[in-house]
Amino acid sequence: MTPPTEPTPGGTVLSVRGLCVRFEMRDGSYVRAVTDASFDLAAGECLALVGESGCGKSVLASALLGLLPANASVAGSAVLGDAGSGAGGLDLLAADERVLAREVRGRRVGLVPQSPVAHLTPVRTVRSHLDETVRALTGTSGPDGVRAAAGRAAFPEDHLDRHPHQLSGGLAQRAATALALVGDASLLLADEPTTGLDRDLVERTVDELRRHTGDHRALLLITHDLAAAGRIADRVAVMYAGRLVEITDAAAFFGAPGPRHPYARGLLNALPERDFAPVPGLPPELGALPEGCAFAPRCDRASEACATVPELTSGVACHHVAVARA
Amino acid sequence: MLELRDVTAGYDRRAPVVRGVSLTVRVGEAVGLLGPSGCGKSTLARVAALLHRPDAGQVVLDGEPAAGWRHRAPRAQRTSFGVVFQQPRLSADPRLPLARLIAEPLRANGRPVDAVPELAETVGLTADLLGRRPHEVSDGQLQRACLARALALRPRWLVCDEMTAMLDASTTAALVGVVEAYRRESGAGLLAVGHDRVLLERWCDRTVGWAELTSA
Ligand code: SF4
Repeated sequence: MTPPTEPTPGGTVLSVRGLCVRFEMRDGSYVRAVTDASFDLAAGECLALVGESGCGKSVLASALLGLLPANASVAGSAVLGDAGSGAGGLDLLAADERVLAREVRGRRVGLVPQSPVAHLTPVRTVRSHLDETVRALTGTSGPDGVRAAAGRAAFPEDHLDRHPHQLSGGLAQRAATALALVGDASLLLADEPTTGLDRDLVERTVDELRRHTGDHRALLLITHDLAAAGRIADRVAVMYAGRLVEITDAAAFFGAPGPRHPYARGLLNALPERDFAPVPGLPPELGALPEGCAFAPRCDRASEACATVPELTSGVACHHVAVARA
Repeated sequence: MLELRDVTAGYDRRAPVVRGVSLTVRVGEAVGLLGPSGCGKSTLARVAALLHRPDAGQVVLDGEPAAGWRHRAPRAQRTSFGVVFQQPRLSADPRLPLARLIAEPLRANGRPVDAVPELAETVGLTADLLGRRPHEVSDGQLQRACLARALALRPRWLVCDEMTAMLDASTTAALVGVVEAYRRESGAGLLAVGHDRVLLERWCDRTVGWAELTSA
């Protein structure tokens, strides 16, 4: 199922260090949506960012695209390097909106959205969407560019004149993917691209994303669907209460020896093909995080040591991981 | 026993999405109905729960034919169903705090609402969440509230239409666990509609494919 994970030949496409996002609420309190996230993503690599809804993973994606609401503040860095092209070194978190709009979104970071039908303008055909995007991103126009763009995502030419609501879920997803690929961005960011799709369509969609990643792009797949992640990811990052609690090789995570962090293990074991047993309790409120390890109230291994936040060391953030692994 | 007999239904009489389908849920049984999205299985689920009037055919509850649909269904029949849909945001009034949402069926039927805290606890919602409105909670938390609402009148049958399609693995396992605990204790039957074979086969006593139902 999972492709072999050899070290990828490509250079680093994205390097995130100490990314924090917090929202200031009306009452002056703060919600820490993302805390101290660090990871690298290389060309040819697919990193799946998984976790329960509300864990902060979509906020992380919005931060990379500069699409956070006005009450958000961001710290850390997220450097986009364009392996090989010499255009690298742009910190997405420091870039202003003009640079993000003109140079980043669509051109250097392609977004495959959660709900393709909602993402497309209802009154315009797929052809008109593609035409506009091709013109804006490549400076060329005309039917050839549109046809090539559609072809890249296997969007059928005879459906180009349809409106979004006339497309099946699968074709709407392909239309959105085609748009994301136009600018030939080195980083593809897919935020829950398979929500609400049937299993076979989920598989087809993620397989296509993997194919588009090829060996010169990097794919950040944000999903709550562990089966989809297991199918295409090279590495997995697990987020809990705004922090990365484990980041590891996908083959080791989904196969043997399995996840190391107690939460990651619980999440994987909840699958109906495994134990089908939930992680007890609810995730904490991001606005009222417990002191220390945020998973402690739900963790059967919690001890006094867990009253301090565990550092992410050798891919896992847990005070008792050696125990947890035994 | 819940019987669907030769049901034809849809939104356009000339092109029904359900044609001549029969399906039985025996007492206490959990039946999974598996099919791709858009196939008509949700329409069938709505017919089964007396929420959609079929063009032809019958729904029979413990030997009694359904005597009406939606608000025209006799109260005793209507309230013997608890229904949970795929998208909690579409089936929850955005103005209602979760406690009110859970209490809706109790109020509508003139029953005391003091069962709400216990219902909330059953689905794993903590007390601090009950005062929040839908936009202040996650999809998973809202779906928990919708399940509590479905259980409020202690239905004889539960109809779950893609109840967990938007949810993560842990919340899915938790909600299925709540449904099964209720069924063990009450003997209620279940019709679970979905597109995830692994999930339905793990959850239900038997799983029927949409294609088998419609070709029979
Ligand atoms: S640090 Fe402690 S509470 Fe947190 S996951 Fe590890 S054992 Fe559990």
